[in-house]
Amino acid sequence: MDVKKVKIKAFPAEEFKDNETLQAYIDELNASGTNVIVGKLDQMINWGRANSIWPLAFATSCCGIEFMAAAAAHYDIARFGMEVVRNSPRQADVMIVAGTIVNKMAPLLRRVYDQMAEPKYVVAMGACAVSGGPFVNSYHVVNGADKLIPVDVYIPGCPPRPESLFYGLLQLQRKVKVEKFFGNQRIVRPYNEATLIDPKTGETVDVKNEFK
Amino acid sequence: MKDLILNIVPDAVIEEKEKLTVTVEPKQLHPLVKALYSNKELPFDYLISLIGMDWGDKLGVIYLLSSSKDMSREIAIITATEDRENPLLYSITDMYEAAHLNEREVYALLGIRFINNPDMRKFLLAEDWNGYPLRKDYNDDPKLNPITIANKEIVDIAPFIKEDEKGNLVEGTTDIFEEDDYVINIGPQHPSTHGVMHFRTALNGEVIKKIDVHSGYIHRGIEKMAESMTYPQILHLTDRLDYLSASNNRHALCMCVEKAAGIEVPERAQYIRVIMDELNRISSHLLAWAAHCNDLGGTTAFIYGVREREHVLDIFDKTCGGRLIVNYNVIGGVMNDIYPDFQKDVKAFIPYMREKLVEYDNFFTHNPITLNRMINVGNLSYEDAVSYAVTGPAGRGSGWSCDVRIHKPYSLYDKVKFKEIIRTEGDSYARYLNRLDEIEQALQIIEQLVDNIPEGEFKAKTKPIIRLPEGQFYQSVEAGKGEFAVFIESKGDKSPYRIKFRSPSFAAVSAMPIISEGELLTDFIGIGGSMDYVIPDIDR
Repeated sequence: MDVKKVKIKAFPAEEFKDNETLQAYIDELNASGTNVIVGKLDQMINWGRANSIWPLAFATSCCGIEFMAAAAAHYDIARFGMEVVRNSPRQADVMIVAGTIVNKMAPLLRRVYDQMAEPKYVVAMGACAVSGGPFVNSYHVVNGADKLIPVDVYIPGCPPRPESLFYGLLQLQRKVKVEKFFGNQRIVRPYNEATLIDPKTGETVDVKNEFK
Repeated sequence: MKDLILNIVPDAVIEEKEKLTVTVEPKQLHPLVKALYSNKELPFDYLISLIGMDWGDKLGVIYLLSSSKDMSREIAIITATEDRENPLLYSITDMYEAAHLNEREVYALLGIRFINNPDMRKFLLAEDWNGYPLRKDYNDDPKLNPITIANKEIVDIAPFIKEDEKGNLVEGTTDIFEEDDYVINIGPQHPSTHGVMHFRTALNGEVIKKIDVHSGYIHRGIEKMAESMTYPQILHLTDRLDYLSASNNRHALCMCVEKAAGIEVPERAQYIRVIMDELNRISSHLLAWAAHCNDLGGTTAFIYGVREREHVLDIFDKTCGGRLIVNYNVIGGVMNDIYPDFQKDVKAFIPYMREKLVEYDNFFTHNPITLNRMINVGNLSYEDAVSYAVTGPAGRGSGWSCDVRIHKPYSLYDKVKFKEIIRTEGDSYARYLNRLDEIEQALQIIEQLVDNIPEGEFKAKTKPIIRLPEGQFYQSVEAGKGEFAVFIESKGDKSPYRIKFRSPSFAAVSAMPIISEGELLTDFIGIGGSMDYVIPDIDR
C-alpha cells in the first residue's frame, strides 16, 4: 500500500513505514493514558464487512422457504449480522441464489447480479443452484448458477437445512475477512463462456472488461 | 348422462373407465362441452384440468370436467387431430376462464393452437423457444435453445386464430395493452410475488387497470422428466412442486399408482399418511398466514407464524429427517415407521397450536389497519371462482364447497369428522380467516386419529419394479392450496407415457387479473398473499 506524501506537523511522511518510530509514538501516547491500537485498516474494515453482510434472496423455489425459516426467530440469521434482507440488489452485498435457475430466468439472474454494487458475493444454496440438482436432465434447467455468474460459496442439500446455510455463510465471512478491501484486488472466477450465446447472432456475449 | 352426450354427438365413443370417457372429433368438441356446461340439472362448469397429449400419430387434449354442484361427478372428453404440422383444435375459453392459460400452456408444450382463443402466446416457455418439449419427437439438443444472458424484449402483441361466420380461419394479432397505458413489471424477482411470478401491470394512477400474467421463470420440465423415470423416482419430484404441501402431493401420486397397480395400503400407513397430510396442511397455512401478514406489513406476525411452523417441522424432522421436503410417502405405504414419541409430540403440539390461534386472533385478525386492507378487497365472486377453477381456501372463501376430502373422499377422510369451512364474502379477509379456521379443523382430524394408529405393517410389500397396466388413471387430493390432481397415462411400462399434475396455484394466479382490477397497487400485494400461490407448482 503506497501512502501519499502528506504533511503532518511533527510527523514526517517517511516515518509511517518506520515501525520503531511508530512504536515510540504509541508508547508515548499510552503513557499519557490514550488508548491506541495499531493494525491493518483492511483487517478492521473486513471485520465490519464480514459481520454485516446484507443478503439479497434470489429465491426461486423450495430453498427460499428454508431461507425464510433461517431468517425467522428460531434460527435467527441476525446472530451473524445478516438479518437485513434487501430486496433491492443495489443495497445488497451477497446474493443467495436459492432454487433452480431455468433458461428463461438466466438473463434476469445475470441482470440482478450486474445491478449489485461491488464488493459483491454469490452463494449458491441448494442442489439446483449448485449443479441443477434433481432437475439436471431437464430441457429447461441451467445446470448450476455458476454457468451464469461467479459463485463464491456452494451449499449442497435439497433443500439445505438452515444450519447448512449458516455454515456456508460463515465460510463466506471467512472469505471476506482475508480479502484486501483496498486496491480492488478481489479475485473473481471467470464466466463460463460456452453458455453465453446470444440467440439472435449466435455469438458469445461479451463479458470482458468487467472482471479482468 | 350418456343419452345427453349421444343426443349432441351421435357418433361419440363412450367408455366406462375409471371416469366416463368420451372420445369425439375436434369439430364436435365445442358443442358437446357447451351442452354439458349448460346442462340444467348438473352443469359441468368446473374445468379440473386440460391435458395436452401426444399419442404419436395424433396430438390431442383430454378435458377433465366436473360440476361445481357435485364434484364427485367427473367426465373426461378426449379429442385429437392427426395434423402434426399445424394442429388446430377448438377453444373452450368462451365458457371456462380457466382454459385461457391452460390452452396457452398446451400450445407452448405441444404446439397445438386453439381456434377462437383470443390470446395464443406461449405460456411457461419463451416465445422464441424451438420445438415443443412434450412431443415425443422433441429434440432436446441444447444448441437449439442455448442458455443466454442476453436480455429479451417482452412483446405485448398476442396472435390469435379465429373462425369467422363463414367458417374460414382468420389469423391476426391483438395488443394486450392500449397504446398510452402505463405498464410496470411486478416480478419476476420481487419479494411480494412469493416466488418468481411476473405480472405486467397497467396502471391508471394508483389503480390497477389490467394485469398480464407471465410465468415460466421456474419451469423445470418435471412432466417431461417424469416420462423417462420410474414411478418411485417420480415421487421425489412431486415434493418439489408445491413444496409447502409436499406430503399431500406425494400422497396423490402414491394413491394413483397404488390404485392402478392394485396395491393395498396397510391401515397403519393410512393413518400415518393422513396425520402427516394434516400436519403439512397446518404448516402450509401457517406459512401462508405469516407471508400474507408480512405482505401487509406485519413483520411480527411473520416471525410468529414461522415460529409455530418450526414445531411441525420438528415432528417431520424426527419422523423422516426432512424438514420442508419430507420424502416420506412411498408406493405402498410410508418410508419408515413413526418414531416412539410421535404420538406424544403430536398431542403436545395440538393444545400449543390452539393457544397460538387465539393469540393470532388477538393481535392481528381484528387490527383496524388489517381490516381496512382486507375487507372488500380482491373480491372473487362464486361464478368467477368456479370459472377460474379456484379451489382450496380461496375458492371456499367465495362460497364454493370444493373440498376434495368431502366430495371425493380418499384414504381415511370418510371416517373422520370435520367441518368444511365456507365463507361467502369472497374477499381477502374471507380467505385469510378460512386458513386460520382450517388449521383448527386439521387439528381436530389429527386428534381423532393420533390415538388410534393401529399396529401392523407400515408399508405393503411391492415388486421391485412397478409397472402399471395400460390405461388412464386419475387421483385428486386436497393440498394446502386446493385440489391437486395427478393424471397418468400408462402403456404398461415402468415409467408413465404421460403424467400431468393439476396445480391449484395455477388457477389462483389465473384469477389474479380479475380480482386485482380496480384495486390499489398497494393492495395488490395483499391480494397475492391472500391467494397464497406457490410458483414452482404453477410452472412444474
